Amino acid sequence: MSQADTSFVRRHMLPEAPPPVAETGILKWLRENLFSSTGNSLLTVASIYVVYQIVVASAPWVLNGIWISPSLSACREILDGEVGACFAVLTERWNQLLFGFKYPSGLYWRPGLAFILLFVCAAPLLFFKFIPSKFLVLTGLYPFVAYWLIWGGTIMIPVFALLGVLVGAYVYSKTVFASAGMAVIAGFTAALIFWILSGYITGPMANILALQPVESRDLGGFMINLMLGVVCISLSVPFGILLALGRQSSMPIIKWICVVFIEFIRGVPLITLLFVANVVLAYFLPPGSNFDLILRVIIMITMFASAYIAEVIRGGLAALPKGQYEAADSLGLDYAQSMQFIILPQAMKISIPGIVNVAVGLFKDTTLVSVISMFDIVGMIRGPILASSEWNGVYWELFGFAAVLFFITCYGISQYSQWLERQLQTDHR
Amino acid sequence: MTTATDPPNESFQLSQLIYDTRYRSYTFQFIALVLLIALFAYLGNNLVQNLAEQGQNISYGFLNEAAGYNINQKLIEYNSQSTHMRAAFVGVLNTLLVAFMGCVTATILGTIAGILRISPNWLVRKLMAGYVEAFRNVPVLIWILIIFTIMTAVLPPPSAFRGEDSASGMLFGAFAFTNRGIYLPAPIWGPGSSVVGLAFLASIFGAIYYRRYATKLLYDTGKLLPMVWPALVILFVPTILIYFILGQPITFDYPALAGFNFQGGIHVRGSLIALWLALAVYTGAFIAENVRAGIQAVDRGQTEAASSLGLRPRRIMSLVILPQALRIIVPPLISQYLNLTKNSSLAIAVGYMDVTGTLGGITLNQTGRAIECVLLLMLFYLAISLGISAIMNAYNKSIELKER
Repeated sequence: MSQADTSFVRRHMLPEAPPPVAETGILKWLRENLFSSTGNSLLTVASIYVVYQIVVASAPWVLNGIWISPSLSACREILDGEVGACFAVLTERWNQLLFGFKYPSGLYWRPGLAFILLFVCAAPLLFFKFIPSKFLVLTGLYPFVAYWLIWGGTIMIPVFALLGVLVGAYVYSKTVFASAGMAVIAGFTAALIFWILSGYITGPMANILALQPVESRDLGGFMINLMLGVVCISLSVPFGILLALGRQSSMPIIKWICVVFIEFIRGVPLITLLFVANVVLAYFLPPGSNFDLILRVIIMITMFASAYIAEVIRGGLAALPKGQYEAADSLGLDYAQSMQFIILPQAMKISIPGIVNVAVGLFKDTTLVSVISMFDIVGMIRGPILASSEWNGVYWELFGFAAVLFFITCYGISQYSQWLERQLQTDHR
Repeated sequence: MTTATDPPNESFQLSQLIYDTRYRSYTFQFIALVLLIALFAYLGNNLVQNLAEQGQNISYGFLNEAAGYNINQKLIEYNSQSTHMRAAFVGVLNTLLVAFMGCVTATILGTIAGILRISPNWLVRKLMAGYVEAFRNVPVLIWILIIFTIMTAVLPPPSAFRGEDSASGMLFGAFAFTNRGIYLPAPIWGPGSSVVGLAFLASIFGAIYYRRYATKLLYDTGKLLPMVWPALVILFVPTILIYFILGQPITFDYPALAGFNFQGGIHVRGSLIALWLALAVYTGAFIAENVRAGIQAVDRGQTEAASSLGLRPRRIMSLVILPQALRIIVPPLISQYLNLTKNSSLAIAVGYMDVTGTLGGITLNQTGRAIECVLLLMLFYLAISLGISAIMNAYNKSIELKER
């Protein structure tokens, strides 16, 4: 006789029940990310309120914006008392905002072309992994082409400038075996002598392939900001490397020259250096010489940026393990070789985020030239545009435009640098 | 036949100056020094020639001459008959004022934003990221001008405060926000106010002593006294009691509309507010990133270890994470303070009379002594920069990890 078997074994699988509503999909996300605790819920509500206020305040203003109108008063008539922006100032003064108010209007294509070429020629450098390195020649030629396009004049000046650089590089490569430092000085001297000599040749050749010349003081608008940013950053990276190496040097005189220079420049605001460029530098130049203001500003901003970049690169050099230096020495490489092939490639890779930070900061600081009455984009807005009778009182549209322009550029640069860091990552994690 | 053990030939040849690493560095330094001296001699020679050509000289005598211009925002007595030196000093104080206010505000803003950037709340995180990116990627000059525009073009003129049903009202009847600046009540120190001040000073020491006592008690016996509210009571109650016992010695001078403008109270100009706010919010965005990086650099195991000890999240933050994060945060924080101080020279764009506006602006233009003015200006900023970094480096050393 068998006992009744009361145990129960399910024969069929139950159909899968859906997870509780609060544990899935958007509700789970909301609960975990926005309402995980009382404090968090309060924060969420407060943030929603802030966002709501921003949207309510700005949306009608932007959406009602007037894009075509000859002046602010006409704009207000069209709006008829409603809230709305007057973006017409941007369309009407577009060329002034970009090129300044004195650049010959028939020649806008030249800086425009230079701007497009900037991207074409910078691409081999920026995306060096994907573009064959022979295209780097384009990058090297760009400064001279851009100078010719923006300032005009005979093509002989940039050609001889380029030749001077080549002469300097040749002298460097022929003397570098003796001493890297002396080779740098020799290269500079050779280039300088070549430039001074070529000054006698280019004078009579002023009409060869000449574009209509444009005076430096006729430049303006966002063009100046971009120009100063690009020129000063590209010049200050090599100077920064030299200063950083000098500061690390075991030679006390070299070291102290670099230390004093770096600490002095980093201790004073850029404005005072611009004052130097504006009113003081002329005293230290040979009597009778007439340096462009823009050239003086480029010199001072480059000095400024070099000091900061030198500190960034010094950080990169210091972060390298000592073994790398010793390994380079034990291979029998001399100073220049070990720097060029072992130390600097690694140090520069470490320094990329820092250099980009300096670059972004410097590009933003180019707006400071408006203080010494140059008409960059901020100078244009504060001077000719806001002072004109048509557009007196259009603050938000103009400052907003300048802010957006800078935001796009700077955010773009920092995104590129993050991408570059990922590209250069050689350690596998 | 020579062998490898032969001593090197010690006779000195001139070519060794270039090819021998022992002597090469001397040669190189000598050349560099000569070039440097040549450069300075060249510049100095140019300077002398230029000055002679224009009939000028280098002299600081102008500092003792009457300045002849007015400064609207000043901390010390100054009028147009005062010397240029006095004007420069007013400017120096104004620079220090805005730099100090900016640093304090930027630290508070940056710390809050930095902590909120890693909050578990998605929306808050995104909002703070928006704040940081918006301010880090737009020039501070544009922010100063935008806030200055709000101060001058959006706020109502003093005349809007006139009458019974005026268009604008004063906040709490004491603060007036006008396009000419902000008017605040000014305290009037009556007789006996020093006693109140002393009492408050004593209360501060009392509160510090109480906290020390409570901490000691906690470590000795494990008994946890309440910390926050007794400290607040010690801090404020005696002072308020003495204030009323002495018959309210400190009164306030409220700004009031008189004629076309407000009279009385403290007048803070729009340029100062704009500069201060813009610098604080701009630098705050950078500090937020430093704070976030510092907190994230503390090992996750520290949080886990602290919570396995039974600490609550707020205690974990204040007792375990922040003290360690501080070590990483302080060095970049120092350079942010320096940047803020240097950026305060942008005051010249909104007409705030800091040292760049007085010494480097009006004094320079009036006397034409460009070299002297710019040199003094640079030396001042250099001294400030070196001073702040010396102080902060000393502080940094004191909180450094003591390794044995």
